[in-house]
Amino acid sequence: MATVGRALLILALAVAAYGIFASIYGARSGRTQWIVSGRRAVYAIAALVTGAFAILEVAFLRSDFTFATVAAHSSTTTPAFYRAAAAWSSQEGSLLLWLWLLSLWASLVLFLTRRTLRRVAPYATAVLLGLAAFFAGLLVFLETPFGLSPIVPLEGNGLNPLLRHPSMMIHPPMLYSGYTLFAIPFAFAIGALITRQVGAADWIRSTRRFALGAWFFLGIGILLGARWSYAELGWGGYWAWDPVENASLLPWLTGTAFLHSIMLQEKRGMLRIWNVSLVLATGILAVLGTFLVRSGILDSIHAFGASTLGVPFVILIGLLVASSIGLVVWRREALRSENKLDSPLSREAVFLANNLVLVAMAFVVFWGTFWPLIAEAFTGTRRALGPPWFDRYTVPLAIVLVLLSGIGPVIAWRRATAANARRNFVVPGLVALGAGALLAVSGAADKPLALAMFVCGAFVVASVGQEFWRGVGVRRAMTGEGPLGALVSLVARNRRRYGGYLVHVGMALLFVGVAASTAFDAARDIRMAPGQTTRVAGYDFTYVKPTSKISTTTDGELEKISFGAIVDVHRDGRKITTLRPERGYFPSRDIEGLGAIGRFFEGEATSEVGLKAGMRRDLWTAMTPDIRALLPAIRQGDRVFEAAAGKLTPQTQARALGAALTGLVNRYSADPPPATFRVIASPLVSWIWLGAIVVFIGALIAMWPGGDAARRRVTAGYAARVSKDLARDDLARV
Amino acid sequence: MEVGSLLIILVVLCAVVALLYGPLRARGAAPRDESADRVAELEARKEAKYREIRDAQMDMRTGKLSEQDFRILDRQLRAEAMEILRALDEEPGHAVADHRLG
Repeated sequence: MATVGRALLILALAVAAYGIFASIYGARSGRTQWIVSGRRAVYAIAALVTGAFAILEVAFLRSDFTFATVAAHSSTTTPAFYRAAAAWSSQEGSLLLWLWLLSLWASLVLFLTRRTLRRVAPYATAVLLGLAAFFAGLLVFLETPFGLSPIVPLEGNGLNPLLRHPSMMIHPPMLYSGYTLFAIPFAFAIGALITRQVGAADWIRSTRRFALGAWFFLGIGILLGARWSYAELGWGGYWAWDPVENASLLPWLTGTAFLHSIMLQEKRGMLRIWNVSLVLATGILAVLGTFLVRSGILDSIHAFGASTLGVPFVILIGLLVASSIGLVVWRREALRSENKLDSPLSREAVFLANNLVLVAMAFVVFWGTFWPLIAEAFTGTRRALGPPWFDRYTVPLAIVLVLLSGIGPVIAWRRATAANARRNFVVPGLVALGAGALLAVSGAADKPLALAMFVCGAFVVASVGQEFWRGVGVRRAMTGEGPLGALVSLVARNRRRYGGYLVHVGMALLFVGVAASTAFDAARDIRMAPGQTTRVAGYDFTYVKPTSKISTTTDGELEKISFGAIVDVHRDGRKITTLRPERGYFPSRDIEGLGAIGRFFEGEATSEVGLKAGMRRDLWTAMTPDIRALLPAIRQGDRVFEAAAGKLTPQTQARALGAALTGLVNRYSADPPPATFRVIASPLVSWIWLGAIVVFIGALIAMWPGGDAARRRVTAGYAARVSKDLARDDLARV
Repeated sequence: MEVGSLLIILVVLCAVVALLYGPLRARGAAPRDESADRVAELEARKEAKYREIRDAQMDMRTGKLSEQDFRILDRQLRAEAMEILRALDEEPGHAVADHRLG
């Protein structure tokens, strides 16, 4: 089936090339049948790539090692659950995933807009097909997922143990859904610029939901990555300003700015150049994000020139940047704003400030991420900027951002008078100040930036709460509904508004969690023997006893050997919880180099953290056992098996190996050496995940389709009133 | 190459050609409906304007706009909405498009 898979990709590339021609020819000649044919090319690519992806997935699930990529990234000992996800752990599999998601999303948007956007859509189709052709070209010529193994191995290399985490099943598809969905507003913006339709409300209406979807999926992907880092990487943090993390944050930041500023264009015809620049930048940053994640350019700068993907990606990104700038300059006349800012005391002004802060954050992240390249270009020395550098700039900007997200909901469009502003800001302001005073006397005053974030977070919750309260009050007065019914119908009839407000609350909770957990966490690295205790933030962590186990797959193959610890946590003599951190050792296939026994201890290793999560505080620990005490026995076992090589039947050898490993594991439990623990007590980490859930619920409400019946009735009501006014106006003229 | 694989590839190729060639078999070039584009654009503008009017009403009811400020703003927004409706009425394809979009 590898041949079929490869043929499907070659066909997809050819169809993409044809579709680009058909769409542009149709748009320029006005021949709609060519435009339709171009649109069908997108559907055809979606079907072809779905077929190719299915072939690859089946190969992974069946552990078909005739596929070189399956042999390199999976094994029979990899659980089936993770074999399905192993496809996108490889370079070629992840590129195929990108192309597949792009083709699906592009098909969906082109199907939905098939009767509208007739001038813009053909050019957008050509842009989307151009991106599809680029990725199909990479998969056909440089990184094929359907390459065959020169010699079919009996066993594959296996999935990187670090990726064996449930969130890693979902994290890459979420990120790539975000990236590929951002390609859609990008493509439509290019089409709108070419056809001078950039001020049109129609393409904004059609693509806004896709931009929100991109933001939603990318956000989920980022959060899942943070959760994986917290639970799997064994360092206790969730964000390290790593280039790959930053790569996903960049388009999310500019996308957030776009989702706010596009409202100004939709309502007031303002900020057209800004909006189109933002959406183009977001699309390009999404491609850049894919490039950074897959190329490893910032980890290995000197490999850049030799990378098979580096040059094509740089050419693509260069082309996208040059054509975007060229189009904006070319169409600058059509991009003039219809209106100007009425007042600095208005929601428009707050949105503008919010945009400036978000873009400033994106610039800081971009600069910090690419600093190693910049530094090397000028000084010849690569120097990375660490978290303190990023924190220095992003923390104050984040505080301002949270403050603005509290002001936005309670300030009027166009112009807010001082009296109205007073009426709306008094309660949230008092709540925020009260919370600040309370926290300051509770010890938060030592960390002024964290305290500022708490005050701003309280302000957001209070201002949004006040909005809901008043909205429900208005609804009840109008309809006589009960409080809950009024709340539900208020949100259902104003999904964008109240969904957006919920997003603000979620972001405030998330930022409060980040501020608290970074400013007030307590951590200690300590070596302990069983029976020893260490105290962190008033909690006593006692290493009670070691644990050890051998895990096997359902086929009876050894998957990993784990050494762990039982850690009891007490506070003031009262037992709080028991934590069970572990270190898992996955066998290497290098029997000759590492030895028959040694290969089980010197391959990849992962941490399973011991975690007691709570709304007030997380108690977290990871451990690294000192297996040096086992090394003499491991080496002796290696020598014994080496000497017996060829003299034992495979069954006898397997039994002997099992007995040797069981003996080693029991020996560790019976005579445990000291282990190194990282122990952390960190407040409000759960608020980050809770805030994220609130954000995503709010986003779902805001982008939920429909309400059509309700909207039609309301619209019809307004139409009747406006038409009546219009008729009266006409009569007066007569 | 296996015969089965070759057959699958040929079937897929034929299906793709049929899918792409289908619209091209239609005789004559269907004219692009410029009026429908303008109607769709005006409908989008109308929807945005109505949303703005509703937002202003909500702002007034929840105390973000005074009664007096709201009246001025509402009058202005309705005038803009009327302009859009007037432009829509001038479009020959309005009724058809309105039916479709509604």
